[in-house]
This record gives sequence, structure tokens and C-alpha cells, in this order.
Amino acid sequence: MEKQKWNLEPDSRREFLANLVSGAATATVLMVVGPGASADHGVGGHSKKHRDLVYVINVNNCIGCGNCVRACKRENSVPSEYFRTWVERYVITKKGIYVDSPKGAIEGFKKINAAIRSESQLARTIPKMCNHCDNSPCIQVCPVGATYRTDDGFVLVDHEHCVGCAYCVQACPYGARFINPEKKKADKCTWCYHRVKAGKLPACVTVCPNKARMFGNLHDPDSEVAKVFKEDRWMTLRPEMHTHPYCFYVGLPREVR
Amino acid sequence: MELPHDALVNYIFPNNAHVVWSLMIVIYPFITGLIAGAFVVSALSHVMKIKAFDSIANFALIAAFSFGCFAGMPLLVHLGQPQRALEIYFTPHLTSPMSLFGYVYGSYMVLLTIEIWLIYRPHFIRMANQTTGLAGLIWKTLTLGVTTYHPDSAKVDHKMIGILAGLGIPWAFLLHGYVGFVFGSVKAISWWATALQPIIFLSSAVVSGMAMLLVMYSVIKRLRREPIDCGMLRTFATILWAAFILDLGLEVLELIHAHFQQSHEWSDIQPLLMGPLFESYAFGQMGVLSIGPILLLGVVAVLEVRDRTVVVLSNIGAFLLIFQVLVMRFNVVIGGQLISKSGRGFVEFHWEFFGKEGMLTAMVILTAPFVVYYIISRFIPIFEDPAARPEAPAPADGAVEPAPVRQATP
Repeated sequence: MEKQKWNLEPDSRREFLANLVSGAATATVLMVVGPGASADHGVGGHSKKHRDLVYVINVNNCIGCGNCVRACKRENSVPSEYFRTWVERYVITKKGIYVDSPKGAIEGFKKINAAIRSESQLARTIPKMCNHCDNSPCIQVCPVGATYRTDDGFVLVDHEHCVGCAYCVQACPYGARFINPEKKKADKCTWCYHRVKAGKLPACVTVCPNKARMFGNLHDPDSEVAKVFKEDRWMTLRPEMHTHPYCFYVGLPREVR
Repeated sequence: MELPHDALVNYIFPNNAHVVWSLMIVIYPFITGLIAGAFVVSALSHVMKIKAFDSIANFALIAAFSFGCFAGMPLLVHLGQPQRALEIYFTPHLTSPMSLFGYVYGSYMVLLTIEIWLIYRPHFIRMANQTTGLAGLIWKTLTLGVTTYHPDSAKVDHKMIGILAGLGIPWAFLLHGYVGFVFGSVKAISWWATALQPIIFLSSAVVSGMAMLLVMYSVIKRLRREPIDCGMLRTFATILWAAFILDLGLEVLELIHAHFQQSHEWSDIQPLLMGPLFESYAFGQMGVLSIGPILLLGVVAVLEVRDRTVVVLSNIGAFLLIFQVLVMRFNVVIGGQLISKSGRGFVEFHWEFFGKEGMLTAMVILTAPFVVYYIISRFIPIFEDPAARPEAPAPADGAVEPAPVRQATP
């Protein structure tokens, strides 16, 4: 497995000291405010830290094979009816927009009917998942602070605290969250945090045969993702929601929600 | 059925197949609304000093308390991890509107309990002095050890009741307004995301609470074979009529505003209202259940009708209003989730009867407050003045017979 070069440690001793001081100050405030605040991992949903790791999906490269969906299911033991990632097929015709995602495209896609195919102007398969937003509504609405952002920008669910109220499921504009029917707690894509912390890529990225899914350090000039930003080709899902996703798309048709 | 955003087929996100907030979350704002509405009626007497409501002020408070006992129950049933329910008190995440529930609800119930205790203190003292054995011990416990009642105490109690009733109004409004905010602040769901949501929830809460009290009052009086105070009922129906006109005005305003803006929200809302929500919204909430009460209560409010007609029309009108608000809660809570986040399809809502969050559980929770009310009413006077019972014994040395806290209407 390819080891990645990103650096998750503070850049310098000065930054370390600054973090130490701000951390101590924050801890003091949290202790004064009360124990509840200790579960708060951000202020108003905004992370104060600079983010390095981003996810980029190049829609033009996606062939809708469903490898990513299968890999995610295996890696994260996702319940059969729910999806941490799924792929949608958009067929834009003169008469309207055809969208489907049979079983999240875990077995890929079958041919669509001839009538729609004959009217097709543009067809794309769009991988979807948690956008690990910078202004995450799910973090904002969690009543007990069980959904939080890590220092390196991952939006995660603390299963030791989640009460299973599903407010986060309602608040997510992307349909990325669900209540795990076995655990009765909120569940969603973690960008395979456990793998990334071990220096690996997310499972879905690893199995993508056509480099439609990319993950890497935005500030590493050699990374695939950095090139996307250098050329300023990126887009995000539903920008009108002002969630500031950290999952970026290339070649996203404007009809996609 | 017309699909939103030029969709050719009904497409819902794979994780959107089920309605996550089900009947429990429909009855939760309904019950909190009943509490807020019932409290407002008691405040009309205790704070606004409207004499007509003196006879039902305590009844309204006991009803509010009975509903209050079960306001958190639907949430508890709904939670995936109910054993962690108290985390909302211990680790609240204050950016979430829901995190305030524990504090607002808890403090409101404390306020309500203290107010009821102060009102019924003379009764507790009297019963503690009249009874012995286990019952006497329970009554004595309820007196908190003070078994005499001085005029000075009555004066302080009376003042405190006024203060608590006054404080209780904004608190009851906060309790229910915040429930509206829980929905109104979710920008991902177009049908919920409006700043009017808390105000609409609040006004409908007042309507449902008043309507429930009106029906309860009439039914209880009939069961007790006591005369119904038709003058009070007419005033009650008139205020309810006015409150509902305001409530309906806000509901219509929200709709008209969304329609005129023709924003991206409207492109979600319009197919929803013309599609899966058409029957319950257009026919139910805005149709029969709104027009009916406006006409029936309007007759009582505007025309000079006989007492019997007042009783019949105001009760049918109030009964319809209880359902109007219940259907409104359903249309908001379930309706909002029927629009898939995909924006290109509708989720189907499946009615469950025996499920954890099914109709049976909802009916049990909705019935429970009436059982609690019935039990409470067996032990304390509801419509009579607790400070002026005719069978009271002679007061103890240095103490006097409790002064009336408020005047009971004959």
C-alpha cells in the first residue's frame, strides 16, 4: 500500500507552543463553562485550523462501476440498506432529468430504457458521500456534541456520546447521514479516518480504477488534488447551502444536487 | 404526480428511504403546544386578571402540568440511545437548538410545580390537619412541614403566584417557540426553513391548548353533572376564534410569501403541497379543519345565540381545532421529510400501528395526560377554590382560615 507524504504534525515549535497556549486557554474556558462544553470541537461549526486534506471527485473519470461502494461496505461494515458512499447516474434529456442509483450502485448500473437513452444530452455518474463541510450543519445541530471535527478537518461521530436523535440526519443537505439500524446511532462516511491515520488512502479511493476519486494534501504540489486547485477547476455540491464542503468536484453538471 | 426539479422519475437518496422523524416527533410539539396553550389560559386569570377565566385558571394549570409530565416521553421513545437522554443536561452542545430542550422544559416544569403548590398549599394544609395514617403523612409531606396558614402567608403566596404566572408566560412561549426553531433552523429542508416557524408553532400552540381546555371543561362538567358557565364559554370561544384567525393568518402568510418569492424553496414546496401533502394540507389543515372552526366559533363570537348553541358550536369548533393543530404538526414534521434531499423525488411515509414509534404508542402517550389529570382531580379541587372549602375545620391557634387566592365563579 502506498504511503502518503502528508504531514499531520505541527510545522514548527512556535506553532506547537501557540497551540499549547491556545489549547490551555480553551480548556480553562471549557472547564468554567461546564463539562458539557468538553464535547465541543469547534465554534459555530467553523474549524479554526487550516485544512490540508481534501477529497476530489473527477466526474469525467467516473465509469459507475460501483467498486467504491463495495469497498466502503467491506471496509466499514455498512448495513445493507444504507450507504456511506453511493453513485448516482444523471441522464439529462430535453424532457427532464433522469436520476437513479440502484442499491447505491453497489452492483453498478444496468442500461436505462431506450426512450430516455434516445433523448439523452449528457450522462454522468456522480459519486456522493459526506462532504466533511467546514460549516457543517450536522456539527451545529448535534444536541450533545457527539458530531465533531478533528483537528485535521474530518467530521466524525463519537459513538460513545451519540444519543441517536437524528437531528444531524435532518440537517445534512446531502443525505450523507443515516441512523445505523444495528447501532441505533448516527453513521456516515469518515473518509476512512482509521486508514488515513495509518498513512493509507480511503478504501473507495484505493479501488477506483479510473482515478475518479482522489484524496490528498492540498498543499503538496505533487499531489493530484493540488493540481485541480492550481487550475481552479473545482466545484462543490449545493453551494447555496453555504456549508463549505471539503469534498470537491470536477466536471459536475449544474443539474446535480 | 408532478415531480420537483424536472425529474423524470421519482429519485430519492439511498439514505432517504425512510422518514426518520416519525409520529413521536409529531406528537412531541403537539403536547408541548398543549402545555403552552393551557398555561396561557391560566395566565389570563392570574396575570391579565380576566375575571371570566378565574373559574378555570387552576383547571388550566393542572391540565398544563398533566400534559407537561409527558412532553419528553415521545422524545425518549424516539431516541436511538434513550439511556443517554440525560446527556442533554450534562453535555449540552449549545449551538444546537435541541440542546436547550432539557433546560427549558425542566425549568418550566419546576415553575409550574411551584405555582401549583402555592395555589394548593391551603388545601394540602387542610388535608394534613384532617387526615391521619398514610394519607395524612402524604398530605403532610405535600405541606413541606408547614401545617398552619397565616394571612401573611396567603398574601406572600398570592404575590408569588402572580409573579410565577407572569414569568411562566414568556417561559411557556420559549418552550414552544424553541420547538418551532428546532424545525425552522434546518436549512436543508425547505418546508421547515422559515423564520416564521417558531411564531406559527407558538400561535398554533395557544390555539390547541385553549381548544383542548374548552373541550375538557365541557366534558368534565357534563360528566360531573354540573352546569356549564356559558358566559365564560362564550368569552373563551371568542378569544379562541381570534387566536385561530391570527394563527391561520400566519400559516397563510408563510405560504403566500414562499409562493411570491418563487425561490428555490418554492420549487420543493409547491410539488409537495400539490402532491403527497395535498389531502392532509389543502383539504385537512387549511380546508375543513380551518374553515369549519372559523365559521362555528365565529357564530358564537359574533351572533347572539342560545346557551345550548354556544356549548355545541364552541365544542365542535374547538374539537376541530385540536385536530387542525395535530394535522398541522403532521404536515410540518412528516411533510418536510417527504421531500428527498435529492430534490427530485418524494419519500413515502408508512403508517405503523404496533411499531416502537407507531400509532399505538402515540395514542398511549396522548392518553396518559388525561389519566394523570383524572388521578390528580381525585385528590385536589379543580374548579373550586382550594383556599375556601366549606368543610374546613376551625383554624389552629394563631392561624386563620386560608384567604381565597382567587375568586371562584359560581
